[in-house]
Amino acid sequence: MTALLEIQNLSKSYPGVKANDDISFAIQPGEIHALLGENGAGKSTLVKMIYGLVKPDEGSMVLQGQSFAPAKPVVARNSGVSMVFQHFSLFEALTVAENITLGMDDAPNRKELSDKIRKVSEEYGLPLDPDRLIGDMSVGERQRVEIIRCLLQNPRLLIMDEPTSVLTPQEVEILFGTLRQLSADGVAILYISHKLDEILALCDHATILRMGKVVDTCTPKEETAKSLAEMMIGGELEIHAATEFNPGAEVLAVSGLSLPSNDPFGVSLRDVSFSLRRGEILGIGGVAGNGQEEVLAALSGEEKVAAGMVTLDGAAIGQMGPNERRILGLLTAPEERLGHAAAPMMSLSQNAFLTGRIRKKLAPRKVINNSKTNTFARDIVEGFDVRTPGIHVAAKALSGGNLQKFVIGREVLQSPEVLVVNQPTWGVDAAAAASIRQALRQLAAKGAAVIVISQDLDELMEMSDTFAVLSEGRLSKPQPAEGLTIEEIGLMMGGDLEGTHHAEA
Amino acid sequence: MLRLEQRPTPSKSMLYLTPVMAVLATMVVGGMLFAALGINPIEAIYLLFIDPFVDSYNLSQLFVKASPLILIALGLSIGFRAGVWNIGAEGQFIIGAIAGGGVGLALWGSEGWWILPLMAVAAALGGALWAMIPAVLKIKFNANEILVSLMLVYVAENLLAQMVQGLLRDPSGFNFPESRNLGRNDATSLPDVIPALGIDGGGLVSLILLAAAFFLLQKHALGFQIKLTGESPRAARFAGVNPSIIIAICLGISGAAAGLAGLFELSGAAGKLTIDFPVGYGFTAIIVAFLGRLNPVGILLAGVVLAGTYIGGENAQFILKLPAAAVTVFQGMMLFFLLGFEILINYRIKSVRRAV
Repeated sequence: MTALLEIQNLSKSYPGVKANDDISFAIQPGEIHALLGENGAGKSTLVKMIYGLVKPDEGSMVLQGQSFAPAKPVVARNSGVSMVFQHFSLFEALTVAENITLGMDDAPNRKELSDKIRKVSEEYGLPLDPDRLIGDMSVGERQRVEIIRCLLQNPRLLIMDEPTSVLTPQEVEILFGTLRQLSADGVAILYISHKLDEILALCDHATILRMGKVVDTCTPKEETAKSLAEMMIGGELEIHAATEFNPGAEVLAVSGLSLPSNDPFGVSLRDVSFSLRRGEILGIGGVAGNGQEEVLAALSGEEKVAAGMVTLDGAAIGQMGPNERRILGLLTAPEERLGHAAAPMMSLSQNAFLTGRIRKKLAPRKVINNSKTNTFARDIVEGFDVRTPGIHVAAKALSGGNLQKFVIGREVLQSPEVLVVNQPTWGVDAAAAASIRQALRQLAAKGAAVIVISQDLDELMEMSDTFAVLSEGRLSKPQPAEGLTIEEIGLMMGGDLEGTHHAEA
Repeated sequence: MLRLEQRPTPSKSMLYLTPVMAVLATMVVGGMLFAALGINPIEAIYLLFIDPFVDSYNLSQLFVKASPLILIALGLSIGFRAGVWNIGAEGQFIIGAIAGGGVGLALWGSEGWWILPLMAVAAALGGALWAMIPAVLKIKFNANEILVSLMLVYVAENLLAQMVQGLLRDPSGFNFPESRNLGRNDATSLPDVIPALGIDGGGLVSLILLAAAFFLLQKHALGFQIKLTGESPRAARFAGVNPSIIIAICLGISGAAAGLAGLFELSGAAGKLTIDFPVGYGFTAIIVAFLGRLNPVGILLAGVVLAGTYIGGENAQFILKLPAAAVTVFQGMMLFFLLGFEILINYRIKSVRRAV
């Protein structure tokens, strides 16, 4: 059998980094081929070259026996290569059919297209109503639209970039069913992920990238999650031992928190209530876009709510702004690093001042104390192993993982009473993620309370003492995390907040 | 096909060199323009760019022109840093002159050192209040401050015309549409400080405010908040900055600075209010602010350069019979080259061949 796509010695450099270095492998027709690697290993660059978004510096590709060098995505699509991106390109105010029409080079008429969408979507177990508005759909359904859009072009190779990061466990199962069916029909799938269990369950072959190079290939069915992880990060994986959970007195209480959204496609918080004790780590799970950012904004003080909705150590703080809350010890670290948690063009030193000003007393009588600010920035860089040439480097020059370590370190070093973090390890490599989790755990061990909002269930299960789920702006009742099963969590994430009656431990 | 591609790390030194390069490019292209008009380009360039800085009479006029530009640009630059685009400094300049001049005229005949400071306070307040109109409209209704502040320039001009024909008209001025001459009265005119460079009391205050602005932007927490708001509004909110307050402060500062400049012009170079009182400093100051990279020290240098083109332009009009619009063309060219070079520092041009 000849390979569907052969990649031969592809290299691509960006200023200062060799993103891909002499990469070669082959994809067979109908196989599900995993591309595994940490963030920054070069997976995205590689698939962008296959999809015609980036031109390789060196090397070549052969598709079905013919030389393949797509100059732009439309060439790749016409040759039978389609891609579903991590971030969707859909217009919320348009219907499914309208969105799909927009991406087509020669769109059939509306009726014909709608019929085709229905037929293809049912054939592959992804039911979809062509007349629904994208704005009304869940993230999982939106992904279906992107997949159907690709399938309508009868691809020979379908590239999927981290498709499950936004899905509930049940939706993941449905997606896997579809992918297996496609594979049986002879469509090859290049599946990009760093989630090992998915690759074990789904893929026939795996190519493992590290620092832009192919470091290994394997047949996942013959491997374990641990061995795959070791290939990926190139070392022994440390597994954290669970610690004792002895919570202290209540420190933060949120009761009946409601926050209407200004954005027609935004999420309104509805009657969110929970309480948090010293030493406790509360994990908040849920699919992205169900109110995570809004919860953070209501706690940080960026959005003001009725005073009594948020109380810290008994004081009603709902009406306070971010700095007043910082004085009292409620600190937050938003998800978006560049442009929210940090100012991209400002130096690390200035970014340290950004939130550290109040608690670290960096501007007594409003005059900035430069040496104190620089010392604080240096403490963060050293204490959290932030790899940077210096503290005068602009925040945007740091890699995502390093900047995240800086952002978390900046809050942790201010000794908060309560720390709220949204997506602490999103887009962060495994080693950095481990050190961030470790820092948050130590903070809780010292008596602070921590809220971790995340979409990574493994992370939440590993870190949380108590666990709750956000769904459409509502929060389930927090439960002890120990003993929760993936099925129970999946049902909660799907919106069934009451249906799970978890036995009290 | 050509395409702009972002450079990964724009050169720092080039960033500071662009204003110099923009001035040089203006000289070269301007010279070509003169040659096309049949004027000796070398002589014209000398008159416009060199003579203002070497001839002793011209030098004595330098800061007369430069201080209002510097003072207005300083105020504008603080707003521009925060992403608050006050384009109506010309209007605030006029209102400042009316308010400050009005106080001086009301106290006509009184003596005392306190009159001039009182006029200055009134001028700064007048300019700031005029700038509060776009500020309030932006905060309350999200109205675009560029349009509102610009439109208010024309309102201010008409108000000035009304004032010099009515309330503020010189009672012994034979019904000419102009005010009494405040410059001829010791209590209301600015004292000289360094006459050789044209620095008077107003110029001195401008230089002091320059140092204050430098301190605000470099060392003060409010300066940090202003820069942060311009750099990343969401991060600013996260840092506890109230965007409405920043809008009000920035428009207030730039309005007060322009108003103060209006009074200094009135009590110094102009002497009296007439319909022709505004000469476009409020607009030229926008060029000064950007040519000076929104940095107080840069604004000082840029203000001097632009003042030079005003003086040189006037001389060139006498000597070379250059059209009056030539100076405006030159100033526009300078901004054009500055912005053009700036793009080339941050981006590089790549030729893209169409896919086969």
